[in-house]
Amino acid sequence: MKTNRITSLFLFVGLLIGAIVSLFPFYWAAIASTNESGKVFSKPPVLLPGGKFIENLSNLNDTIGIWRVMGNSLFVVIVYTALSLTICTMAGYAFAKFRFKGRNVLFAVFLLSMMVPYHALVIPLFKMMAAWGWLNTYQALIVPNLAYPFAIFLMRQNMLAVPDAMMEAGRIDGVSEAGLFTRIILPSVKPALAATAIFLFMFQWNSFLWPLIAAQTKEMYTLPVALSSLFGLSRIDYGQVMAGVTLATGPIILFFLLLQKHFISGMLGSSVKE
Amino acid sequence: MRTKSYVPYLFLTPAIVLFAVFMVYPILYSFLLSFQTSVGGEFEFAGLDNYRRLFQDEIFWTALKNTFVILIIQVPLMLTISIVLATFLNTAKSFKGLFRVSFFMPAVTSLVAYSIIFSIMLMGDGLINQALQAIGLNGVPWLSHPLWAKAALILAITWRWAGYNMVIYLAAMQNIPESLYEAASLDGASKLRQFFTVTVPQLKPVILFTAILSTIGTLQLFDEPYTLTKGGPSDATLSIGMYLYQTGFRYYDFGYASTLAYVIVLLIAILSFVQFKLTGDE
Repeated sequence: MKTNRITSLFLFVGLLIGAIVSLFPFYWAAIASTNESGKVFSKPPVLLPGGKFIENLSNLNDTIGIWRVMGNSLFVVIVYTALSLTICTMAGYAFAKFRFKGRNVLFAVFLLSMMVPYHALVIPLFKMMAAWGWLNTYQALIVPNLAYPFAIFLMRQNMLAVPDAMMEAGRIDGVSEAGLFTRIILPSVKPALAATAIFLFMFQWNSFLWPLIAAQTKEMYTLPVALSSLFGLSRIDYGQVMAGVTLATGPIILFFLLLQKHFISGMLGSSVKE
Repeated sequence: MRTKSYVPYLFLTPAIVLFAVFMVYPILYSFLLSFQTSVGGEFEFAGLDNYRRLFQDEIFWTALKNTFVILIIQVPLMLTISIVLATFLNTAKSFKGLFRVSFFMPAVTSLVAYSIIFSIMLMGDGLINQALQAIGLNGVPWLSHPLWAKAALILAITWRWAGYNMVIYLAAMQNIPESLYEAASLDGASKLRQFFTVTVPQLKPVILFTAILSTIGTLQLFDEPYTLTKGGPSDATLSIGMYLYQTGFRYYDFGYASTLAYVIVLLIAILSFVQFKLTGDE
């Protein structure tokens, strides 16, 4: 019995250390965003909040126009998530609930494309955007990733579980094909819709390489691109940088804490069921 | 009562059109580009020139080596930490949910944001060196020494992804039948032994899955070295992904950059295949 108690104490301490390591950088970034720039390196380190957050934020706005950038990110993410979720859910539905010519080949092609690294796409995409005059526009940030194979896969897997009998009953009652989709299928896969929406949201919110290439002026920067440009300046104002980092992470963390389960299943591709 | 046969195609059309234009076409196009060089703004077919150039390109080999060093150290290190944390959490009795959320938290932060936080913490007179000095150790030149810069990158990536993989393991562990542990403990196997004889073999498919995912991720490494170390010092943390970006968008050598992209494609295919083979059965 005694060894048991020692083991569980050992486990608890191990977990506690892990949790502190995981959380501390967030705490520290938030603290640094409320203090003067120089204080990130002061000895002993400053670990308590100061009163400079508003000042750092307004400096940040002077340097990169943070509200505009934040607006860009939010606009792109929201429009992208809504459109992509619609398109991928429709495709997932076709794959899950219909038999048609070419279905298996098509689905296999979608799956295989998940192995292709994004790097193999960016150069042709850049040339296409340049040719269409799409560089530095919102559509360049939104449109290229709308058909996201993994989201299609997720929706298909979840719709497979909806009994065909439900659809047959609907058909007998004279429900239209569109009605079957919106009134019978969609309501029964709500958790999957939430998880997929979060997956797409996170993908777009964190996306860096493509916006770095497609957004070419400050007015079109998304948050990660703006932060990276700020951090690349020769004289870095750490207070400003940390205020930006806090803006980029704070809302997501809040969102995560509120919707934990959907978040985890969305980000792991619903491989976690609880 | 039969469905009209065009119905599924209607649902698929938007996805197929977008996929063809923004995925299939670029993949084929970059394959073509990888055999071309730009001569005065015009692209010309150049046979295997770009592929031959790879072999003489020292920066490419440096980038390849860096990527592999990071891959070989980081992936096993992270997966070990993940599986140990998952085992701890699976046996813990209190605060389970709280720990799970804490470990997963790094995985929701943007790659650029966390790279910036780590970069500032790891600077010469930054927080981590201050902590090392406080316990009587010497500070470490994290970002200015070739070897330590790789260590810094490995540390940061491990922090970001360990919790993510832990949650995957934890879910899989909950599906391991309790009876296997009971049988092992009747045979007198210690907890540690049970970990190696029951937990690890039962998790094998999941370990393979996470290993492949992490390998694909590391081969495409870009955001972290771009922000955290800028590829330096003297290319010590330059990844293939970063080299591709520089070639394509700093020197506008689209042909050669496409060749680099296909190197990544090839590596992912080979390594995934090898990992499948190594773990044997199906």
